Amino acid sequence: MARAVSTQTKIGWTIAAWVVALLIFFPILYTVITSFKTEQEAIAGFDLIPSFTLQSYGEVQTQNDYIRPFTNSVIIAVGSTILALIVAIPAAWAMAFAPTKQTKNILMWMLSTKMMPAVAVLVPIYLIFLNTGLMDTRIGLVIILMLMNLPIVVWMLYTYFREIPGEILEAARMDGATLGQEIVHVLTPMAVPGIASTLLLNIILAWNEAFWTIQLTTTNAAPLSAFIASFSSPQGLFWAKLSAASTMAIAPILIMGWFSQKQLVRGLTFGAVK
Amino acid sequence: MGAITLQNVRKSFGDVEVIPGVDLEINEGEFVVFVGPSGCGKSTLLRLIAGLEDVTSGRILIDGQDVTDAGPAKRGLAMVFQSYALYPHMSVRKNIAFPLKMAKMPEAEQKARVDRAAKILNLDSYLDRRPGQLSGGQRQRVAIGRAIVREPAAFLFDEPLSNLDAALRVNMRVEISDLHNKLKTTMIYVTHDQVEAMTMADKIVVLRAGRIEQVGSPLDLYNSPANRFVGGFIGSPNMNFIEGEAARRMGAHSIGVRPEHWRMSTTEGAFPGTVGVAEHLGSDTLLHVELDSGENVIARAEGEFPVHHGDKIWLTPQDGRVYKFREDGLAA
Ligand SMILES: Nc1ncnc2c1ncn2[C@@H]1O[C@H](COP(=O)(O)OP(=O)(O)O)[C@@H](O)[C@H]1O
Ligand SMILES: [Mg+2]
Repeated sequence: MARAVSTQTKIGWTIAAWVVALLIFFPILYTVITSFKTEQEAIAGFDLIPSFTLQSYGEVQTQNDYIRPFTNSVIIAVGSTILALIVAIPAAWAMAFAPTKQTKNILMWMLSTKMMPAVAVLVPIYLIFLNTGLMDTRIGLVIILMLMNLPIVVWMLYTYFREIPGEILEAARMDGATLGQEIVHVLTPMAVPGIASTLLLNIILAWNEAFWTIQLTTTNAAPLSAFIASFSSPQGLFWAKLSAASTMAIAPILIMGWFSQKQLVRGLTFGAVK
Repeated sequence: MGAITLQNVRKSFGDVEVIPGVDLEINEGEFVVFVGPSGCGKSTLLRLIAGLEDVTSGRILIDGQDVTDAGPAKRGLAMVFQSYALYPHMSVRKNIAFPLKMAKMPEAEQKARVDRAAKILNLDSYLDRRPGQLSGGQRQRVAIGRAIVREPAAFLFDEPLSNLDAALRVNMRVEISDLHNKLKTTMIYVTHDQVEAMTMADKIVVLRAGRIEQVGSPLDLYNSPANRFVGGFIGSPNMNFIEGEAARRMGAHSIGVRPEHWRMSTTEGAFPGTVGVAEHLGSDTLLHVELDSGENVIARAEGEFPVHHGDKIWLTPQDGRVYKFREDGLAA
């Protein structure tokens, strides 16, 4: 039963929610606004109305081609995600449907690896990459990002699979389904929403990853996160250009996120919303 | 079709022996109820018959055929689960048709059978809904519909009514009994509720700790329980047990008297006591009595019996209604 909430309380909460949302969103909004300013405007001080020049975008494109890092980003984000799913689906499946005494411990151990700062393993990984020729290659980044996100992917899938009641699978078996039919008609339709949410969230995580991509690439395999970084150092700071680069880098993922909102919310709440 | 035989069936999970050895004969068309306290192995036994668990040793025969090593799909049985276990992504129609689709039955025949089942179970108007849009009772009926369309050799029910509220439970109980009368197919029904067992069964199998305590018709079990456990488990309210001097005088370690088998008097009788709580239900009266010898017993009188808290009362067992038990619990 929903409790009756007074109109005043409702308005209060609505305003509060908008304020918080705007606060969180404001840095992104201001980045977009700044990208439409000239460099002079950009350093002139706080101003919400830009002159709507596309100058920065042009300069960014001529100085540092956008297509290549964009392609790298797509390949690295999608590639590492698919690879992670290929490894994680069977793992999470086994842990959800055939748990042993150690299952919880293994899951906790996997999660604990995320508690260590990435920089702690930078040197060994850097050396491994140097020695194996993976440095500044897309395949190298696909592998490292896959490994970095694997614990989260396994956890998410495990949580989803756990929600599929074992009795439903048994019912299918009683109804005469073979293992193949059970997978096609019952398992897959029930697992797909969870897998889709995991896939989307992981693509976003991989797309925005900036530590390993910057450390382990120079030019060839650099994705958009490294592309942004390349505008923040050499010849001092050019705010408008940096903003234009950032906007270009986040636009694709923002658009994808917008179109897959529903799946994403499910993903972020780890299946809590039914 | 539908005779099931268990021969010395055992089941262990790891080191834990859950079913230490069961022999049981289920005849064609019988309504058999497995009853016992929760955790006694009822579900495990049912799942062994279904083929969802492998036996540790022993044999299971269906219509004379050894199915011990056959998978669930091969045994021709249908099961209704406690959680209903409907496919959430399929409409009611598709749920019910699923076993037919798996059997590769022609579409037209599938439709005809689903429609017939829907009619029997009053589901006609819900066929296009998803399970999530149905009430508990309706979901239960869909689960039963999915079981009956295949015309299985036997139905297996695992506590199918325990998720329903009390009123609906009584209705569904009658509906399932009705269904059995119509279909005349073997049904094995698991419950911890002795009222369900007594009202529905042709044959009751009382289980405790994985062992069969007694097999018999409801009235067999009521009238001649093989031991103290069955005596206490069957019948509501429970049988009263009295030990000590009074039992010894009758040549038993303990005696059992059902609440409905006391003669009550406010002046004289075998067991004097004091009324504790008196429940006046109109149709009958339940008296919680503390005997002078110390035991607490329940006595039931038909209709109204005008005593109240604190009144003195004398209870006397009706002739031939005293159950005698030995020290090891077996009927003497
Ligand atoms: N898969 C399993 N693994 C280990 N022990 C189990 C398993 N299934 C059931 N048990 C144990 O077997 C016993 C009987 O369980 P069950 O058949 O579900 O009882 P009931 O249905 O009579 O309540 C319980 O003690 C339970 O803990
Ligand atoms: Mg059970």
